Amino acid sequence: MIPEGLKYTKEHEWIKMAGDEATIGITAHAQSELGDITFVDLPEMGAVAERGGIVATIESVKAASEVYSPLAGKVTEVNELLNEAPEKINSSPYDKGWICKITVSDDEGMDKLMDKAEYEDFLKKS
Amino acid sequence: MKKTPLHQKHISCDAKMSAFAGWDMPMYYTGIVEEHLHTRSAVSLFDVSHMGEFFLRGKGASADLERLMTCRIDGMLPGRCRYGFFLSEEGGIVDDLIVFKISDEEFMLVVNAGTTEKDRNWVLSNKSHDVSFTDVSGDIAKLDVQGPASLSVLEGLAGKSAIEGLGRFCFTKVNMSGTEVILSRTGYTGETGYEIFIPWGKAPELWDIIISRDDVKPAGLGARDTLRLEMGYPLYGNDIDEEVTPFEAGLARFVDMDKDFIGKRSLNPVSGAIPGKILSGFVSEGRRAARKGFSVEISGEKAGVVTSGAFSPSLKRAVGLCYVDKRYSAEGTRIALTDGRVTVDAKLAKLPLLRK
Repeated sequence: MIPEGLKYTKEHEWIKMAGDEATIGITAHAQSELGDITFVDLPEMGAVAERGGIVATIESVKAASEVYSPLAGKVTEVNELLNEAPEKINSSPYDKGWICKITVSDDEGMDKLMDKAEYEDFLKKS
Repeated sequence: MKKTPLHQKHISCDAKMSAFAGWDMPMYYTGIVEEHLHTRSAVSLFDVSHMGEFFLRGKGASADLERLMTCRIDGMLPGRCRYGFFLSEEGGIVDDLIVFKISDEEFMLVVNAGTTEKDRNWVLSNKSHDVSFTDVSGDIAKLDVQGPASLSVLEGLAGKSAIEGLGRFCFTKVNMSGTEVILSRTGYTGETGYEIFIPWGKAPELWDIIISRDDVKPAGLGARDTLRLEMGYPLYGNDIDEEVTPFEAGLARFVDMDKDFIGKRSLNPVSGAIPGKILSGFVSEGRRAARKGFSVEISGEKAGVVTSGAFSPSLKRAVGLCYVDKRYSAEGTRIALTDGRVTVDAKLAKLPLLRK
C-alpha cells in the first residue's frame, strides 16, 4: 500500500519531509519492477545532491538503475544497513529500505512532487 | 512475440515476463535469488520450450553429423547425448548444441532459441541430399526439472526403473501421463537434473502435474542465467558467437581434432592451442556486478571485455565471464572492470565459479 504523508516522483522515489530534512527511498512499485535488489551504491556523507541528479545506484540481479534526488541539498545520513542487506528495499521499501537523508537547501521542485492520491493516479495511467 | 504452450500458466501465476530471442518468456515468478537457491537446494521446473529441436534421419545422418559437429559421433551409443558445436568455415561458433543419438539412423539436435532459424539454414545447406531434416521446434515443448530432488520427481513421474539407470548425458523414451516423451539427464544449472521433450499440446498437463508437488517451484530464465553463470557455462550470443572459436572459449574438450568437420581447417591446432584471448571466470570483491561490455583492465591496461556478469545468489558476490589476453589469464590475477563510470575490483577465477 502506498503510505499517506509522503511525496512521490514520476521516477518512483518517495520523499518524507521533516522540517528541512528529506528522507529518500524508492516505492513498492519501483522495487517490484527491479526484482531482487543485490547492491546499493549509497552517496557519500556530505555529498551535494543536485535536483534531478543521481543520488544512488541500485542493482538487481539483472540490471542497474539510478535513484534521482528530487530536491537539492546535502547528504546528511545514509542507510548503512543496505550495504549488508540491500534486499531490505524489497521487503520494506518505505521503512527499513530508506536510502538517504538530505538537508534541503532549496524549495525548488517541491511543488512538482505528487501526494499519495496523485501518485496512485500516475501509477494507473502508466 | 512468440509464446510457449505454457504462456498462460506463467501469466496466471503472475510471472514477470520478458522478451528473449523473440519469445515472451518468464524471467521470474517470485524472485531470481529465491528461485536460484531453491534449484540448488531442492528442485525447480523451467519452461524452455523456446529452444529448437531438429531431427536428422537416414543412413547418412551419422556421417553428416560427424562433418557438421565438432564432437565425435562415431562410437556414440543409442540413448546417449553429446555437447558440441557447429562452426563456420572460419572456425567461429555458429551454435552450441546437444546431439541425441536415437538410433544409427536417427538423431535429435537441441539448439538455442535465438539461432534456430540460422541453424536450420546452416544444416540444410550442409547436409547430404539423402538425409532427411525436420525442424520440430514448434511441435516439441521442453520442461527442465533441475535440482538435487529432481530424481525423486522423475521417479514419481516415470517410475523408478526408468530413472535409476539413467546416467549423465543419457536419455530414454518414457511414458508420462499417457504421453511418450524423451527424457534426458542433462541440464544447464550444474545440479542433477532432467530435460523432458514433450509434444507441444501436452506440455500444460505435465506442467500441472509436476508443479503440484510440494517440493517443486517454477523458476524463470533469470535464475537459469545465474545458475549457469556460477557453473561457467557459456551463453550463446553473450559468451560465444561466430567471432570466437571453441579454443578461445576454453571449450577445446568438445572439439575432436582427430576427425574432419566444417571449420576445422581454420582451427590450426598450434594457433588454436595458443589463442590470443581466452574466456575466463571472475569473482568480484563485493556485490556490485560488472555487466556485459565492461572492459577488463590489468595494471591500468585494457586486457579484455566482460561477456556475462551478475550477482551470484550462492556466493553472495558478483561474478562473471570475460575474455582476457591469455598472457594475463592466470587464476587469481587482479582485474578492474569498468564501463568508464563504475569500476569493480575482481579476480580471475577458475571455472566453475561455484565449488560444491
